[in-house]
Amino acid sequence: MIRVNNISKSFSKFKALDSINILCEKGQSIALIGPNGSGKTTLIKSILGMVVPDSGEILFNGNTIKKDFHYRAEIGYMPQIGRYPDNMTIGQVFDMMKDIRKAKVVSLDEELIQNFGLDKIYDKRMRTLSGGTRQKVSAALAFLFNASVLILDEPTAGLDPLSSEILKEKIIKENKSGKLVLITSHILSELDDLISHLIYMQDGKIRLHKSISELKSESGQEKLSKAISAIMISN
Amino acid sequence: MNKVFKYIVIDILRNKTVLFYTLFLMVVSFTLFSFEENTAKGLLSLLNIILFIVPLISIIFSTIYIYNCSEFIELLICQPLKRKYIWLSLFNGLAASLSFAFLIGCGIPILIYEPTATGLIMILTGCLLSVIFVAISMLGTVSTRDKAKGIGKAILLWLYFALIFDGLILFLLFQFSEYPLEKLMMVISGFNPIDLSRITVLLRLDVSALMGYTGAVFKDFFGTTFGFIISLFVLSLWVIIPLIISTKKFQTKDL
Repeated sequence: MIRVNNISKSFSKFKALDSINILCEKGQSIALIGPNGSGKTTLIKSILGMVVPDSGEILFNGNTIKKDFHYRAEIGYMPQIGRYPDNMTIGQVFDMMKDIRKAKVVSLDEELIQNFGLDKIYDKRMRTLSGGTRQKVSAALAFLFNASVLILDEPTAGLDPLSSEILKEKIIKENKSGKLVLITSHILSELDDLISHLIYMQDGKIRLHKSISELKSESGQEKLSKAISAIMISN
Repeated sequence: MNKVFKYIVIDILRNKTVLFYTLFLMVVSFTLFSFEENTAKGLLSLLNIILFIVPLISIIFSTIYIYNCSEFIELLICQPLKRKYIWLSLFNGLAASLSFAFLIGCGIPILIYEPTATGLIMILTGCLLSVIFVAISMLGTVSTRDKAKGIGKAILLWLYFALIFDGLILFLLFQFSEYPLEKLMMVISGFNPIDLSRITVLLRLDVSALMGYTGAVFKDFFGTTFGFIISLFVLSLWVIIPLIISTKKFQTKDL
């Protein structure tokens, strides 16, 4: 579904991505992990077309994303830090996004808006919201358009345990219905029941790209965090 | 085009700055016209203020607005929208609201006191100046990431066009006063939209008789319809060229 072919990106001297190759298929749930500054967000932003790679290409359903924008209708993106126009209310932000994407939307998925209770605070202005509530708005927006690919950049950072549980259940549900999910996270324990594949990045390179069952059988560990550390040590 | 444009205009209107700008222009225009007995004199004083204030407000307001808009732009970029479309909507929103503010603030008083061809030309150049400085500010913001640096750049650009450029010209004229520079001056004036607007309007007023030989040469060219069309063309180049460059840059910008 998404194929990343040999892309590189440098920010002046710093090499953020160094000839990356990945293939993501429909129905997979992929965790993208790695230390801070290892290029996870840059990779995601390249797929979204927010960062333009220096070389290489990205294919979405077989078509290159360069100079194309329609493919983004298939993606729901939840940014690490959701930033929205300050003097709009939550309701206005949702209405605006619906309005802008209207032509391409078949059915809306407002489950998260209800489960997070966002519909009760529709007239709150964005600048008055706490970080966690902003995250909820970002999450609800990512799922709103029933996109077939979900890209979530540290989705549960800043959410309270209850909300993060709601979000995780939603992720599992959407993944089961055949959507491709791409998650970056630092909290390995919460990824355990969420993901089917794992990509480990370091210094702009991919160190590991395996399915979870492979990973567990190779390392002989049941817990994801233990399995990863065992693999990292043996490398 | 309409949807993003609509949200940008609503957002600009919600931010009261443009409203105050309109009121300010209106108060200044009415005061000047009622102070001077001769409306032509009023028009001249107004021209000097417009040539100072309109570029300043247009460039500073647009620069700050675009920086504050960065969240909104990021949000739009990951939607199925063309980058060019987002950038041009932003330009249209800013250009439309600032020229509309000028139309209301200065256009109405001018039409009341001086409903002549000269008045209309002044309204037209005022609107063009607003749009030109929106385009210039967009070129400045797309190439500068840091907000403080970007605003500093905008102020410097305005200083350059409003003051420094004239100083350089004066220096040049004094240094080469032995040579016939009139023709060259006409070309050079095209490099500063503020000067070009000043000349275009000034030559329609009686005071141009006081400008000596250079004034006569200028009047020979800019005073004709052909010269007027040329100056409008050069002014619109000041919109189109910065806009094309900034759009190109925005299309490959990392966010």
